Amino acid sequence: MADSKDFTAGVDSNAKKSPRRVVFITRRTSAQVKAETEDQIQTFPEVLFRAAVAIMTLAVALVWISLLFNAPLEGLADPSHTPNPAKAPWYFLGLQEMLHYFPPVVAGVLVPGLVVMALIVIPYFKVNVEAEGLFLKNREKRLRIFYAVAGGLSLFLLLFKSRLYNYVLGINGEAEPLYAGLVPTLIISGLMILASRSSPQSPSAFRRYLAARPLSYWVMTWFLFELVVLTAIGTFFRGPGWSWVWPWQGS
Amino acid sequence: MAKTGMTKTMDQYFDDLRGTRVWRSIFRSGTGSSTLKRALAIQQNVFLHLFSTKVRVRMLSFSATWYLGTLTLGTFLLLVATGIPLMLYYHPSAPQAYSDTKDLQFVVSSGLFLRNLHRWSAHAMVFLVFAHMFKVFYRGAYRTPREFNWVIGVILLLITLLLSYTGYLLPWDQLAYWAITVGSNIASAVPLIGDKIHFLLLGGNAVNANALLRFYVLHCMILPLTAMFFIAIHFWRIRKDGGLYAHSSEPAVVRANAADNASVASRKEGQ
Repeated sequence: MADSKDFTAGVDSNAKKSPRRVVFITRRTSAQVKAETEDQIQTFPEVLFRAAVAIMTLAVALVWISLLFNAPLEGLADPSHTPNPAKAPWYFLGLQEMLHYFPPVVAGVLVPGLVVMALIVIPYFKVNVEAEGLFLKNREKRLRIFYAVAGGLSLFLLLFKSRLYNYVLGINGEAEPLYAGLVPTLIISGLMILASRSSPQSPSAFRRYLAARPLSYWVMTWFLFELVVLTAIGTFFRGPGWSWVWPWQGS
Repeated sequence: MAKTGMTKTMDQYFDDLRGTRVWRSIFRSGTGSSTLKRALAIQQNVFLHLFSTKVRVRMLSFSATWYLGTLTLGTFLLLVATGIPLMLYYHPSAPQAYSDTKDLQFVVSSGLFLRNLHRWSAHAMVFLVFAHMFKVFYRGAYRTPREFNWVIGVILLLITLLLSYTGYLLPWDQLAYWAITVGSNIASAVPLIGDKIHFLLLGGNAVNANALLRFYVLHCMILPLTAMFFIAIHFWRIRKDGGLYAHSSEPAVVRANAADNASVASRKEGQ
């Protein structure tokens, strides 16, 4: 078959007796390639110095804020006297705003649980790692799925707790459509439609940018948008009985 | 000229200090500014060895990271530094906790300032953790092999929220009491075991003195230690996973670029 080899494989740790070493490279492995030749800088002292300056700048800013503004302190905790509205810390007001619309098991357990799960799995999906423009491949199929999902979600947000919803279900009460959820959804959907009609060769830099955005970008941006809007509404626009107030109306 | 002379002596002083027996006995690495000595200064320090000895120059620019991770660490350090003195003036019992907070506000020297700094730093930390997460996401810095460091980041986000939430109750005023009541009621909504979780969290069916003590222990002991544990892994993983993420420096991208360049070169040769 093959020519007889002029060496034999063996185990010997005596370098004086057998100084030659042979490297066997099996299939699917390759010799390590030096991946980069980029300029690097020593962490000590340059990077540590910059980190220290950044932290000190922040500390100075926070010290100034602390000198100028006092932390709130109200009366002694009193279980028999409920303030109206009773608000959670600001970073939970998005949740509290959702609790106003949905039952606690949905807004308080299901949605936060799903958000945390979704955050954890982000790096484990190949689409996120490849990060190709959403509509660059399988355009027709993906557009159909997108229209179904975005349309369904928008319709749900438009109708849920609307006057029609109350009428059909026979609920006596004021209609409270989820405009806070609907408006960001519509804006992001509009941008996605624009992205589907843009190409990487577009003369407009903005449209080239949109065309290259992957699915995870759109989902995360929608989430960020909703998070900011709901938190802002919970913080600034909610008064007694969680009714809508304008920030300048006071309480 | 005089100025450069001055700087040199400052450097000299620092170098002399680093050469003393006492300094060397503490820090192990000695004098000198050679690359080796600078690398050793990082490697041979139990805290600094979590970090890489070298960083890509490009990653130092403000736009690369906005320094959000560093600043988050900064708020955490500030919170530890202000939190410990605050503990000296605080009893986690109702209603004593409220009068202690009042004393901090009006009696203790700089107590008001300490409490303000602790509170505003806490808000800043929650904000910075979110900002850091979104920045990392939009840079795509969660990619292989950094997946698990992203997961640790999500855990740290949850710990930060819990730290802030447990701290919110400690002043024992109306704001604290009802915010925690609203928040802890959400736990009751968990199917089947909701009420049990609610009871476990508060040590009772409503926010009371037991809840205050539990939140105090969580806030000052369990959660900070857990946070430090995960922060250490978070930093260490940055080094083990190849330093701060720079897209164009990733092996896959470098290989793709090299292949592109090679095909361009071969086409040119063909012409």
